Amino acid sequence: MRGRLIPPPLAFEQQIRLRIWVDNLAAPGIKALFTIMFWDQESETLARPTLEQLQLKRLQDTVQRVAQRVPFYRDKFKELGLSPGDIKSLADVRRLPFTTGADLRAVYPEGLLAVDRDEAVRLHTSSGTTGKPKAIFFSRKDVDNAAELIARSLVMAGITRKDVFQNMMSYGLFTGGLVMHYGAEKVGCLVIPAGPGTSERQLMLMQDFRTTAVHILPSYALYFAGFLEQKGINPRKDIALRKAFVGAEPHTEETRRRIEQAFGCDVYNSYGLTEMNGPGVAFECEHKAGLHLWEDNFILEIINPDTGELLPEGQTGEMVLTSLKREAMPILRYRTRDITSIIPEPCKCGRTHRRFARITGRSDDMLIIRGVNIFPQQIERVLMSFPQVGRNYVIVVEGLDDMTIKVELAATGFDGQVEHLAALQNQMVEKVRAETWVRPKIDLLPAGALPVAEGKAKRVIDKRSL
Amino acid sequence: MSAVNLIAVFVENKPGQTARITKLLADAGVNICWVTIANSGSFGVMKFLVDKRDPAVRALKDKGLMVSLLEVLAVEVPDKPGSLQAVADLLGRSNINLDNCSGFVANNRAILVIEVHELTQARAILEKQGLHLLTQEEMLRL
Repeated sequence: MRGRLIPPPLAFEQQIRLRIWVDNLAAPGIKALFTIMFWDQESETLARPTLEQLQLKRLQDTVQRVAQRVPFYRDKFKELGLSPGDIKSLADVRRLPFTTGADLRAVYPEGLLAVDRDEAVRLHTSSGTTGKPKAIFFSRKDVDNAAELIARSLVMAGITRKDVFQNMMSYGLFTGGLVMHYGAEKVGCLVIPAGPGTSERQLMLMQDFRTTAVHILPSYALYFAGFLEQKGINPRKDIALRKAFVGAEPHTEETRRRIEQAFGCDVYNSYGLTEMNGPGVAFECEHKAGLHLWEDNFILEIINPDTGELLPEGQTGEMVLTSLKREAMPILRYRTRDITSIIPEPCKCGRTHRRFARITGRSDDMLIIRGVNIFPQQIERVLMSFPQVGRNYVIVVEGLDDMTIKVELAATGFDGQVEHLAALQNQMVEKVRAETWVRPKIDLLPAGALPVAEGKAKRVIDKRSL
Repeated sequence: MSAVNLIAVFVENKPGQTARITKLLADAGVNICWVTIANSGSFGVMKFLVDKRDPAVRALKDKGLMVSLLEVLAVEVPDKPGSLQAVADLLGRSNINLDNCSGFVANNRAILVIEVHELTQARAILEKQGLHLLTQEEMLRL
């Protein structure tokens, strides 16, 4: 059934008939309206009770295995007086200990390995900016399974083997390169491992090989749009791009819309973290209404980050993930620090794996300015709501909690009038203040004045801690 | 048309920017006939009257600079006390705000360069008073 065009809720015979009917329709646009693409339809549309049974079984296996093989978890279980046999229902996941980023650093380099080292075939590390990174091992099965989840995710957004997939993420220790690469290859795309090369080279590849899909950091996508504009390239005519997958940096709906407008293509939000394979943990489907988390591979909990208590579906809190299929390095109840909420309603696409809302922030990124909690995304949302605003910005906090937002102006945002710029500045100050309760200083800058990050964009510079 | 076209450039307010912009213009063989620079915090706006407008715009845009074209009025006034006052009074009475104004005397001719939102209306008011509004060519020949 793989990769075929089949609508989900119908009986098999009906599916075949509908498919023939759909295939007979000449217009591809009409076809797209009536069909939904699946990579692994069976797994993606499991009935909830079946899916939950599968989760429980995999959870029990995972707990059993780490209790036998990982001293870190064995000790934690002992402390809690917990034995693997105590996990009798899915709700018992809450009896398991949390694993934090600090834990992963403490057991660096290979303290959580659950297989012989010979069984591990791949090492990635998380993009930790301070101290030791977190080392994550993959067995051969893990590599294949990660690719499988990417394949589901890409096909869910309409990618087929006909696509030319330019992966503009960094290849190396960062999972955004290789893990995505393997998945796109699995779908059968022509994959171009462009990496984070110069914009000139990206464009050349894009034009010479008629790239139809890219995997790109949202901050770089905005920058690249500016680059094309300056080159006088019209993305709607001069390149063949139809889909962009953006991830690895939290970003807002406004940023998605800007990228979509700039390139004239569909943009899908991709979620992942190195600790859970990298990309492919959760992805948007064609409806772009929240990210489907592959629940046969992960258990999703939303907790109150302060108390650790489970929150009811729909409430906003910290996402906690337990890996269910990772072989080399299973991780129980990982504190992602990402803030989101579960969307309980079933999705129109027919997948039964629940969605969560766009990440509104990482508890790590949260700024406390004059006693107020601020997420950079709140500021981004305000900035991007101004058409005069360009594509790069940075928030600087210094001195006695003074917040300065340095923001580049769009090429069309300058009409030669200093007064208009001053008025714009005032409006921005007011809107940010209304959103965050902190009055910022706004520095308007010409396009290109701010440095462009090599990898993930650094949106906040907090000089107070220096 | 008796309006004068200026080039406005948006730049970061930091040392070396004026040198950078004017070098681009010099290299393009563009002569600057008149200039003002206004700073506001993080940024500055340079306004130029140049002899070759299109090559100047191209030279700046090629380097990724943010450029905009601006229409202003150049009014010739008597080189004596009260001239600016008279112009300001005329516009003020018609509720026209002077956004920017600068003046100079060249070859015994006193010229005011004024920026207003209501360009057409301001021009009509000044011309009605018998004031001469310079064309682009006249400005360049001063």
